[in-house]
Amino acid sequence: MTKIGLLHDIGSNKLVLTAVVVLTLLLATAVVGPLFVHYDPLAMDLDSLRQAPSTSHFLGTDSKGRDILSRIVHGARISLAVGITASIFSLCIGTFAGLVAGYFGGKVDIALSQVFDIFLAFPSLLLAIGISAVMPPGLASAMLAITMVSWAGFARLVRGLTLSLKEQTYVEASLAIGATTGRILFRHILPNALPLLLVAGSLRVGGFILLEAALSFLGLGVQPPTPTWGSMISLNRMYINSAPWMVIFPGLAISITVISFNILGDFLRDKLDPRFQG
Amino acid sequence: MLLYIAKRFLLFIPTLFGITLITFLLMQSLPGDPVQGMAGERANPETLARIRAELGSDRPLPLQYLGYLKLLIQGELGRSYYTNRRIADDLLQKFPNTLKLALSAILFASFGGIVLGIVSAVKRGTFWDKTASVIAVGGISVPVFWLGLTLMLIFALYLRWLPPSGMGNGSIVYLILPALTLGTYSLAYISRITRSSMIDSLSQPFIVTARAKGLPELAVVAKHALKNSLIPIVTVIGLDLGSYLNGAVLTETIFGWDGIGRYALDGIMKRDYPVIMGVVLFGAVVFVAMNLVVDITYRYLDPRVRVQGTE
Repeated sequence: MTKIGLLHDIGSNKLVLTAVVVLTLLLATAVVGPLFVHYDPLAMDLDSLRQAPSTSHFLGTDSKGRDILSRIVHGARISLAVGITASIFSLCIGTFAGLVAGYFGGKVDIALSQVFDIFLAFPSLLLAIGISAVMPPGLASAMLAITMVSWAGFARLVRGLTLSLKEQTYVEASLAIGATTGRILFRHILPNALPLLLVAGSLRVGGFILLEAALSFLGLGVQPPTPTWGSMISLNRMYINSAPWMVIFPGLAISITVISFNILGDFLRDKLDPRFQG
Repeated sequence: MLLYIAKRFLLFIPTLFGITLITFLLMQSLPGDPVQGMAGERANPETLARIRAELGSDRPLPLQYLGYLKLLIQGELGRSYYTNRRIADDLLQKFPNTLKLALSAILFASFGGIVLGIVSAVKRGTFWDKTASVIAVGGISVPVFWLGLTLMLIFALYLRWLPPSGMGNGSIVYLILPALTLGTYSLAYISRITRSSMIDSLSQPFIVTARAKGLPELAVVAKHALKNSLIPIVTVIGLDLGSYLNGAVLTETIFGWDGIGRYALDGIMKRDYPVIMGVVLFGAVVFVAMNLVVDITYRYLDPRVRVQGTE
């Protein structure tokens, strides 16, 4: 699959194209959006508590009179930052551990695989709760918790890939000409595993954003008054009957973001990984 | 088969050690005295002394870990900071409620997911298939807690068909919204697996044979294709059921369901660390045990795997 072919396929699939447009807008919102919103996301306005959506507050205001649109725009930064950073970190750690386990085999493999299995033995949200609960809550603890619960999945994937890639003739050839282990791992095996890794990574970003939202909802993520989508829902949920927009809009923001990531991930998987084609 | 089960049980043991090691290290990394951490601030001196003797915070870490294991084997998960009740007792008391919710949710998810998956596999490429795939992507993308609140808003607060929260006296109407909320993610996932597994089966030669001998389409789909697609579906159902404590934390919180999930949230809110760790440990053990059951069922269901296993 060439890059141009891939771009062409994205262009001809309306659903995927929509997802890509949404994600691009979202990324732009996270980076420069805060410059364009009219209200300070932290500014309380006691004269306009829990106002329904109107022309002055497009998505209404919350229980402290803060503008919901502006809080959602600021919250996008945290969701995307955590989701993407956690993907990168867990991909890096998982790739390294998986390469080592798969390439060296033997006792190293048995020991490392046991470690992967232990981390995979926890339901992910529960382990994330356990990890973030023992740390001071915040951006760093949320990222660390999500990375810790997800790296082992990538490690197991990379281990499997490495097991098959190391039997390839080009690895044998580079061994014969005396290439170092590091060179074989990072110049020969890793590049061949990369497309699948990127697919796996893109399929997981949505899940990471959901996990961050859940941690924030439980009060274990970035702390108030900084707005996050998850905490906006939990802080306003007692007003669901009288002022549902305070809960509905942040939830829509999460849903649309995660749906877009999942559509894109599914598409990439179907295109790049023949094994998954159904 | 027995040998296989025995082998899987042996593999279970190092995993249990690993899980307890992680919860132990998490407890260790708490600020303050780990004995107080496990016993709670209002523990009586007796409990405190016993836990201190076992954990022996002055001893080297590996010995402390062994002490922790010994406590766990005695069923001592520690005490809540606030109620000073044994966490193991609390968990056992609340588990039936969570189990009831989880079973209702998986029933809804399995039925809905399989139907949805079959429809989209049989009507592949049509409007129905597309609708089903939108539901499938939506179901795995929507946050559980928001879905719960939205369902509550629509069906309990606006339409007033169902109670918004609480458990009633075990009345089934209280179970509906929490079960729908908890089950939606699995429903979406099961429908995807069913779809791809069914598409696979429907392209097999035995389907052509079944059609050729003039069986009605319904019998072809339900009897021949579905039966041969069941293994991956059953696997997913089992694994999802094992991970329901994840969703239960969020679902039970929203609907005031008195199970392990809400117990965990109370622990989080009050920074009641022994409670949090107790739930984490409990959830992991349930999850691993469920994996074990799924593996064994898998062997049992699929003769091909069994043959490979005995070779």
